[in-house]
Amino acid sequence: MSSDVLLEVKGLKKYFRVRGSLFKKVRAVDGVDLYIRRGETLGVVGESGCGKTTLGRLVLRLIDPTSGRIFFENMDITKLKGRKLREYWRHAQMVFQDPHTSLNPKMTIASILLEPIRQHKLEVGDEEEFLTKQMELVGLGREHLYRYPHELSGGQKQRVAILRAIITRPKFVVLDEPTSSLDVSVQAQILELLKDLQRKLSLTYMFISHDIAVVKYMSTRMAVMYLGKIVEVGLSDDLFEKPYHPYTRFLLSAVPIPDPKVARSRQRLVIQGEPPSPINPPPGCRFHTRCPFVMDVCKKMEPPLVEVEGGRQVACWLFAKR
Amino acid sequence: MVKQYSLEEGVLLKVEDLVVKFYTYAGVVHAVSGVSFYVKEGETIALVGETGCGKTVTTRAITRLIESPGRIESGVALFRRRDGSIVDLLRVDEDVLRKIRGDEIAYVFQDPTSALDPLYTIGFHIYETMKAHRPAITKKVAFKKAIELLRQVLIPSPETRVKNYPHEMSGGMRQRSVIAISLSNLPRLLIADEPTTNLDVTIQAQILDLLKRLQVENKIGMILITHNLGIVAENADRVYIMYAGKIVEEGVTEQIFYNPQHPYTKLLLRAVPDPTKRVEKLEAIPGTIPSLIDPPPGCKFHPRCPFATEKCTREEPPFFNVEPQHRAACWLLERR
Amino acid sequence: MEMLYKALKRAIWLYASFRERLSPGWITKNSSRIKEWELMAYAYSKSPIGVVGGAIVFIMFILAVIGPFIAWEPYWEYKIVTLGEEYRYRAPCLPPGCSGEPILGTDEWGRDLLAMSLYGIRISFVISIVVVLLGAPLGIILGLLAGYKGGVVDEVIMRVTDVFLAFPGLVLAIAFASVLPQRIRGFLESNSIARAFFAALFGLRETEYGQIAALLSIWFAMVLVWWPGYTRVVRGSVLSVREMPFIEAAKLAGLSTWRILIKHILPNVISPVIVMMTFDIATATLFAAALSFLGLGPQEPVPELGFLISKAGQFFPERSAHVVLYLGALLLIMALGWNLLGDALRDILDPRTRRAIEYRLEKEKKR
Repeated sequence: MSSDVLLEVKGLKKYFRVRGSLFKKVRAVDGVDLYIRRGETLGVVGESGCGKTTLGRLVLRLIDPTSGRIFFENMDITKLKGRKLREYWRHAQMVFQDPHTSLNPKMTIASILLEPIRQHKLEVGDEEEFLTKQMELVGLGREHLYRYPHELSGGQKQRVAILRAIITRPKFVVLDEPTSSLDVSVQAQILELLKDLQRKLSLTYMFISHDIAVVKYMSTRMAVMYLGKIVEVGLSDDLFEKPYHPYTRFLLSAVPIPDPKVARSRQRLVIQGEPPSPINPPPGCRFHTRCPFVMDVCKKMEPPLVEVEGGRQVACWLFAKR
Repeated sequence: MVKQYSLEEGVLLKVEDLVVKFYTYAGVVHAVSGVSFYVKEGETIALVGETGCGKTVTTRAITRLIESPGRIESGVALFRRRDGSIVDLLRVDEDVLRKIRGDEIAYVFQDPTSALDPLYTIGFHIYETMKAHRPAITKKVAFKKAIELLRQVLIPSPETRVKNYPHEMSGGMRQRSVIAISLSNLPRLLIADEPTTNLDVTIQAQILDLLKRLQVENKIGMILITHNLGIVAENADRVYIMYAGKIVEEGVTEQIFYNPQHPYTKLLLRAVPDPTKRVEKLEAIPGTIPSLIDPPPGCKFHPRCPFATEKCTREEPPFFNVEPQHRAACWLLERR
Repeated sequence: MEMLYKALKRAIWLYASFRERLSPGWITKNSSRIKEWELMAYAYSKSPIGVVGGAIVFIMFILAVIGPFIAWEPYWEYKIVTLGEEYRYRAPCLPPGCSGEPILGTDEWGRDLLAMSLYGIRISFVISIVVVLLGAPLGIILGLLAGYKGGVVDEVIMRVTDVFLAFPGLVLAIAFASVLPQRIRGFLESNSIARAFFAALFGLRETEYGQIAALLSIWFAMVLVWWPGYTRVVRGSVLSVREMPFIEAAKLAGLSTWRILIKHILPNVISPVIVMMTFDIATATLFAAALSFLGLGPQEPVPELGFLISKAGQFFPERSAHVVLYLGALLLIMALGWNLLGDALRDILDPRTRRAIEYRLEKEKKR
């Protein structure tokens, strides 16, 4: 593993037990290989049930994987527990989707921000001075420090959530739909803030979202997930211009484009059928039941994720032979 | 004395100077402050804006679905009925209005789960909607029609699905069922309030395409409420941009996207990422959405407007024409 | 109401300036908290039932504290012995028609009823409050653990809770009343510190330690019956709070389970518990009186309210109507006070009504 890879995941699986059944399992993440380079933003997209949210939590070890390995800076963190796990969380953090529920309503902003500092026993000198300086990073002022979350707007709350995540100067931040609950005008503010912070603090991001336009804007590379597996990975611009995997093609053609001429001239590819159940995924390639290019081999064997050209990986029998 | 109303040829709904206020503990909320728009048969208009701009209240007010502490203070909502007569929805008798709701004007809301009663099957929902307006209809006929409707909205195996309960269906199917229910009486006007916000993007595309097709086939007028500019670009014929309870710009879709005049519209377009562009920089709109209680004088957007002048802080701008069918309410357009 | 609000505000600011003196900068750091307190004070002052309830509780509290000290007749003197039989169940003597005699009449032993009730209030007050103050934390902790940990821990705790909930409190109290008093009695006999403490607590003489033992066994029985309700309520709230992202964020900050429970989950589930505790004190007051009524509590000469009523039952209604009416009304008022207070608290602590009150306060400030 080269030194510029910050996070790597091999064969990662997470199965959840189905309530009321001993054997049925929801295969939320079913064999994922992934890497994220230092300083880049990896976008993870997919529709509901694809496993991207679970992946985000697995990578941060908020939940334990069923099998597979996770490496952070060359260290195997798959089975980390206790103090070592807490040490990991100094360097890897998360920003959640809903700012209204990701801050404890009974704590002041100052206490919320001081919590990670105190937990890791970081020396910051005068606390109030320190916090005021930190607040400047996210565009907030000292007057917000002693307020309660409900006294702030959605955008301001999300800034606090972001500050909380980076206050221990982590190397890696998972952003789980950070702007989905915000208004359009506020969204742009937050996205610009995130980019700015990435530059200033040399952060590496994993950006998870169902809003593909936003993900493409924020990420250098993008991974597309379907039913717990990665079907395609590549540079964002390239992937959007020339998607290889049939699912990616359907997905991207469904994204609404805020440009009437382009929108009208586009050919919409219509995907057939309903998404299969993650409890009983189809054999072979997960997507074969809805794929217009399905071949015999697709129904029997799962295609591996292979590199088809510089930086692009696809899991599809149409491309595997190369 | 029956008042005689008139509508231009082809116009299905015309709303003029609608004012809605909410009398709450905190004060009077000026939710809608003088909104005017129209919808023609077979066309889709989009009401675009962020939270609190008044788009939802406007569409609810049209059929007097506003409850206390809200009050429709003034305005006119002329509607051309199936039989050709024209009524003012805000003044017509309650029982006439009830006949129109669900039959000639149908709603599709954002959350399909709350629009469906979990105790009844989809088929029963459709039967109920139809029976409310056609008392003579029998269950048998209604269920046959229901299967046909479900087929139209691309639900596979409609014969079995018609007997499903809402929880037995996926989110996308539920929303399609809601659309089927709203279409069961072949309405003249469909009001879709963020109909696809909670759905996956592939399902979203399917549903919007479906709505478009049905609308064109049956010459239904549609009001599409959304904050997603991509959906607007792909589905709307004309666009009304709303901010703080007022319409700030209106025009044909291409005019709005390629020749925006109001600063808010311009900033909004630049705040939304366009995936077909390689390199772009999003521009944030500074500040936050204003409170609608005791709004300050002048243009509602002036605190956040990078081009605000002194006049903007004093007087509210009227509409200025930009090109045919395109106008915006901004003092910057005055000199032209 | 206006005055009450002003008075409460002054109290809040007194406290604030005191803290400020201890650690400068306290006021800025807690300005939002102070605002919250002011808001609650305002909401409280605006609620008529809250004010009435609070007044009752306050008066009862004062009476409970000073009662045994200001009672003009000691409860251990049987007046009929010194003054004669006509003092047994003497009718109330209300001015202006009558004077010189006990205003509310006497009880079975000729003791002034009004004076006896002062002792009684102390006993009822202490029992009800301590039962809730002991039972609630136990129930809360178990509820926190059950709700947060889930799985086996949850199952075990909830099944134990179910058993205790299903148990009829009365039967338990009877069972305890037959076994415990002797044991506790023996303990109190030997341990003089405990004896002195409990006697002072209940406002009784140390020589009554036998009866104090009975009181303590009622205590025991009640605490055992009281905690399960809290476990259920808390567990339910915890189940919804623990799914919130800020709990995940706390985990990511490295907090231990215990820290998360105390610092993050507890403050967010405590409001309904406080309300429940207030109502429970009312219930406990009546339940304790009922147990005494049935004879499971202290006997002569302790003037426990329920016990006095029970004795009066024999001569009801010809001779002892005044006893039953007066003491019954007293119990009613005590319970009512707590109930009204609880009702008001529930409204004050509800965040939805809070906002409405907040705006009203702002409006009044502007005027």
